[in-house]
Amino acid sequence: MTDSADTPVDGPPLLTLTEVVKTFPGVRALDGVELTVRQGEVHCLLGQNGAGKSTLIKVLSGAHRPDAGQITWQGRSVSFADPQAAMRAGIATIYQELDLVPDMTVAENILLGHEPRTAGFVRRGAMRAAAHTALTRLGHGEIPLGRPVGRLPAAAQQIVSMARALSREARMLIMDEPSAVLAHDEVSNLFRIIRELRDQGIAVVYISHRLEEIRQICDRVTVLQDGRTTAADLPATTPTAELVGRMTGRTLEHVFPPRPPRAPSGELLRVEGLTRHGEFSDASFTVGPGEIVGIAGLVGSGRSELLETVFGARRPDAGHVLVDGRRLKPGSVAAAVRAGLGLAPEERKSQALLLGEPVQNNIGLASLSRHATAGFVRRGAERAAATEVADRLELRPQDVGRRARTLSGGNQQKVVVGRWLLGGTRLLLLDEPTRGVDVGARAELYQVVRSLAEDGVGVLLVSSEVPEVLGLADRVLVMREGRIVHEARAEEIDEHTVLDLVMAGSLLEGAAQ
Amino acid sequence: MTDLASAAAPKMKTSWWRDDASEPVRRNLGLTGVLVALVVIGLVSAPDTFATSGNVLNILTQASAIGVIAIGMTFVIIGGGIDLSVGALTALSAVWCTTVATQGFGGGGMLFTALVVGTVAGTINGVLIAYGRLVPFIATLAMMVGARGLATKISNKQTQPVNVESINRLAENKLLGIPVLVLIFAGVTAVGWVVLNRTTFGRRTVAVGGNAEAARLAGINVRRQTVLLYALSGLCCGLAALMVVAQANAGSSSQGDLYELDAIAAAIIGGTTLTGGRGTVIGSLLGVVVFTTITNLFILNNLPTEVQNIVKGAIIVGAVLVQQFQPRDLFRKR
Repeated sequence: MTDSADTPVDGPPLLTLTEVVKTFPGVRALDGVELTVRQGEVHCLLGQNGAGKSTLIKVLSGAHRPDAGQITWQGRSVSFADPQAAMRAGIATIYQELDLVPDMTVAENILLGHEPRTAGFVRRGAMRAAAHTALTRLGHGEIPLGRPVGRLPAAAQQIVSMARALSREARMLIMDEPSAVLAHDEVSNLFRIIRELRDQGIAVVYISHRLEEIRQICDRVTVLQDGRTTAADLPATTPTAELVGRMTGRTLEHVFPPRPPRAPSGELLRVEGLTRHGEFSDASFTVGPGEIVGIAGLVGSGRSELLETVFGARRPDAGHVLVDGRRLKPGSVAAAVRAGLGLAPEERKSQALLLGEPVQNNIGLASLSRHATAGFVRRGAERAAATEVADRLELRPQDVGRRARTLSGGNQQKVVVGRWLLGGTRLLLLDEPTRGVDVGARAELYQVVRSLAEDGVGVLLVSSEVPEVLGLADRVLVMREGRIVHEARAEEIDEHTVLDLVMAGSLLEGAAQ
Repeated sequence: MTDLASAAAPKMKTSWWRDDASEPVRRNLGLTGVLVALVVIGLVSAPDTFATSGNVLNILTQASAIGVIAIGMTFVIIGGGIDLSVGALTALSAVWCTTVATQGFGGGGMLFTALVVGTVAGTINGVLIAYGRLVPFIATLAMMVGARGLATKISNKQTQPVNVESINRLAENKLLGIPVLVLIFAGVTAVGWVVLNRTTFGRRTVAVGGNAEAARLAGINVRRQTVLLYALSGLCCGLAALMVVAQANAGSSSQGDLYELDAIAAAIIGGTTLTGGRGTVIGSLLGVVVFTTITNLFILNNLPTEVQNIVKGAIIVGAVLVQQFQPRDLFRKR
């Protein structure tokens, strides 16, 4: 079963990265990455959220150009201008969100962009033959060539995506969390395919959060932390403790505000047995006034869905939400807002802000009627209130007449928080509050959240950054695959334990039996 | 003014002129420029007739009915939708309010009927879109076909002359020398501006059109707002129908033909974006007046209408190209 670990390959390096650096405004996403991938090996990239894995993939696939450092591909120094260039060189990337055209057939998708043709006419027979060859190489010649891709199950779509890479003669395949969309038995099939590709001399760069999976499929592991390589070319048999150790202990450049030394009393929010099939099940917990409760979990563990269901933006299949002991009408945002709940959603720009509108209108959006008489907005009152909130949150620039678009990520987040502050919210739901926020502004946001809690606001926080949850929250809930698997006071649990809980490979424990 | 702003925000050195805040003004300035150019052309090509007060009031009267519809359309488009049924709803309201039975209730009864018919039909549009989840284009396309058909059926393909004195005189009536129809148009424009810029209804419209998900997660009832927007557009059609009837002294199912295209075009060249969330009432007003002035110029100079439509088409394309043009695009790579 785990034969992969027994046969490490020592082929010549196919790809070598040296001292690769990539900086975005305010963030050093990659800060000296070293990576060596050999021909015919499965190489795993391991790291926490924010460690730089996604940026590294984008550099490898040509979507980003590195600021410094060297990429050597098949013995030559290269710099890919765009994804097409990387593809021509033989590097194919399979993202979680597959880039297939749902209404086109399997064969059309596999040969998309390099159809065999004569004088502009597609040679359909040749196209089908080429598509069939690619699928057969993956052991899936049975996938119907003429069916629209959108009507295939997720696992088959993934195989079509891989067939496309093969038809372009890729020498290296980058797979970003390919098992996330698959069911148990489909994962073992995926592993079989990956091993076959490896035996055909193709290198696979495999990204996953599941340690058990990594043990099964990988030959070597490279660990990233804070945009740096902390361990390169570890054998896949490296003990879990050591792997997790290489991923944790990141130097926090931001300071968390101190927790007040009092025990939380009272209860503001009570969630009982909340369930949405396929997303999360049987979630029960409470949040007290002035308490910050953090939910740690991976993307896809159901945390954002849970938060949105508490807020009424999704309708639960079972269970209920109580505020001050009174049940909220399920699936009603208006009821939640009236009860004093406020949500700062995960996707700030697409879910929270009116980017073209002034900050004042954005802050006032949830409390329009409060600053209106007979339907007319009292703009002076609204402006004064918005300015007061902006002052309290230290919004910069302070001018509330400025368009939301012109603000930095951290200040945009303050606008969203300010919207609920103005609305008199007593329970704030924060979904990934520091995503896309640079390091300096993070500390400020943490301060804001803590000071709100000190004023008696309850906070329910979701983050995939474990140190953030541990540093900010009073109490921590750990979520994995739709279930709350652990609850602890933040002082009584460490990053190591949380990561272990979050990443434990229950998926393969089940499959191996 | 800029000193204060830059003191508060030392990093942001953009002047007000470059700032997004000035964008509606810049757009309207462009349109005002077109209008000025048209006036100059008018003064040169028809010096005796164009600048007379009679002709100017004539232009505004011609613009009034379509102008009222364009204001309603502006709200719908800012709210993220489109209403293709406005021409048909105008015809339906016009026919319904000029039936013999309705005319028996006098001018007030006719006005009431026109407004109710338009509003109800608009509400149906809104309910189909908000609760039936039909795409606005399809729902209002169906209403456009259906309402025109119903209008033809009610009128039995006949033109229905109006025998009510107050309506027949409406188009000729003047207040302080200004035709009543123009005053209605001005009033609707003013109310539209206030509603869009000063009320919670206007704020919600911008929020729903600009980012429906954000509006929903801020506790705004997006569906209700959508229904209200189409109802508003229908209400405007009802009012416009009465104005059309007053001008023709009759109601007919062929009235309001292609009004939807004129209203959408006016809103678009006025700077309202079809993706929603952005637009101005003043821009749509200018858009309607520009179009009517072009028509007027062609009539004064005895030019064929087909050329007029070519010019209108070119103006739509030109206006949108100018709006999309950003000076900084020239300096940005890709």
